[in-house]
Amino acid sequence: MRVAGLQGWWRLAALALALGLAARAAGGQPAAAVDVARLDYGLVARLLAPGVYVVEGANADFSIANGCNIINTGFIVTSAGVVVINTGPSRRYGEQLRALIARTSAQPVVQVIHLNLHPDYFLGNQAFGDVPRRATADTRTGMGREAKSYEDNLYRLCGDWMKGTEAVLPNDTLAPGVVRIGERELELRELRGHTDSDLVLIDRASGVLFAGGLVFAQRIPTTPHAQVGRWLESLDALGGLSFKVLVPSHGPVRSDGEGIAMTRRYLQWLDRSFRAAAEQGLEMNELLRADVPAEFRGWAAFATEYTRNVAHLYPRYEQAALAPRK
Amino acid sequence: MVCEPVSRVRRRWLVALPAGVFVIGLGASRAADPFEGDPYKSHPWSDMRREFLGRDARVLFDERVRVSGPPFAEDPMNVPITVSAQGIGPVERIVVLVDRNPIRKVLEYMPGGALASVSFRFKLEQASPVRAAVQTRDGLWHVGGTWVDSAGGGCTVSGVTRKDGSWSRTLMQTSGKLFPSSPAAESQGSRLRLRVMHPMDTGLVGGIPAFYVSKLAVLDDKGRELLRMNTFEPVSENPVFSFDFPGHPAGSLRLVGIDNNGNRLDARIE
Repeated sequence: MRVAGLQGWWRLAALALALGLAARAAGGQPAAAVDVARLDYGLVARLLAPGVYVVEGANADFSIANGCNIINTGFIVTSAGVVVINTGPSRRYGEQLRALIARTSAQPVVQVIHLNLHPDYFLGNQAFGDVPRRATADTRTGMGREAKSYEDNLYRLCGDWMKGTEAVLPNDTLAPGVVRIGERELELRELRGHTDSDLVLIDRASGVLFAGGLVFAQRIPTTPHAQVGRWLESLDALGGLSFKVLVPSHGPVRSDGEGIAMTRRYLQWLDRSFRAAAEQGLEMNELLRADVPAEFRGWAAFATEYTRNVAHLYPRYEQAALAPRK
Repeated sequence: MVCEPVSRVRRRWLVALPAGVFVIGLGASRAADPFEGDPYKSHPWSDMRREFLGRDARVLFDERVRVSGPPFAEDPMNVPITVSAQGIGPVERIVVLVDRNPIRKVLEYMPGGALASVSFRFKLEQASPVRAAVQTRDGLWHVGGTWVDSAGGGCTVSGVTRKDGSWSRTLMQTSGKLFPSSPAAESQGSRLRLRVMHPMDTGLVGGIPAFYVSKLAVLDDKGRELLRMNTFEPVSENPVFSFDFPGHPAGSLRLVGIDNNGNRLDARIE
């Protein structure tokens, strides 16, 4: 698809985005039609801007019904080849993503960029063994440390979808800055708080921002490596960037900053609520059963992810409350 | 623990069956039940009842014994459990048992002047019923439970401070606080939360013998014992406990304890 004027293109893109959002609001699920019997994720590449595509997963928790495809991956076509952003939760996903890219663009895949260390960011790497797979130093270290337990856990949760999946780690260290590929400039910023290294990628020509794990839109954030204070600082930094479209790793793509605001609201509430609970001497089980604002209860994966949030983060608040006063 | 071959488990409960049914003295319809009325229909239960509650123990599965935990163990090394047994009369002791753990007995709590409620975290080896058997003064055991799902591995991996070696610098260090209200008490209650630094090694990790806090007691400022607890290998590393009092204990509290290697603990709770 070629449109001469960028202005005109943006009107089209905005319309497409609006239609896409409306469709999802009605259906609750992205376009992907998962076929469990054939282990087909039904991946669809949705054009966000010229050459910039998102491949949307279900806004949910891992399950066999959704193929454990709960992540938004993406790819950017340049005159010097295709850059892939994250490779999904399994070998099969990686293969189907690569096939989708080949159907969408005549350009070859030239590199993969991983935005953080979590399993659905890199377990599709077996399909990208022939190209550089790049991540920050901290992300590479973390993937090396966690890969085995990620494999075990996803095999347990996702069953046959994981068949043949083995972690293939990144083979190149990425530094923040601007990566030039063909005519494109990809700006990489390393923030932190969701994990020790949260990479954010901005395609300068289109203003599409891939926010990685820092933004969860209408979805309870995952927190196994989270530090709430740093995460909130990173959200402030993210809010200061100029972008036209924001692609979170989980939840709907939006053309505004509402995804950032949602994540901030949740983390601020969680911080206040956990601190107050610890200062009243609440036990984890009491906190698990305490009131949660209706907005957050309505978000995807609430039942499981909030339980995990409590397990990951509450002990720090408890320890602060029990520590002798200085 | 399901590492046992099924055939052996079956043989054991077949042997256990006549004794269990006889001493429980249940009606004819229950007599045919190899699970002795256990709502979880768990094969180890009849053996567990004899081993931990006694051969002649009288058991009532009682919904007033509330055991709450998470639906699944996000961290199998730290599964939070809260037990509360209110409205069943004066409680002598609370025994917490986990059917499918390699070491089934987690703790035994004698609440004394405290309420019959306790919270703690423990290591879960695999999905299992988690039970509280609460003995009232009349000798009857009231049993409640909850089911916790798990990916497994809680008892057979080392804790964080064992891995990094830091346990020896913090051994038996205690922090704690008396909170002026308690979610478990009706109104005028209070809650004591405690944390004791200890690796709580199960003995099931190669080359690391069992090493765990075995006894704890809370005393008032005159040295009178308010509550007492025996703890075992499955209690989590650096245990955190909550106890609830019907009122506010006067003066400052003292925690005393010992581990199975004889290391003593004596700390004042401010």
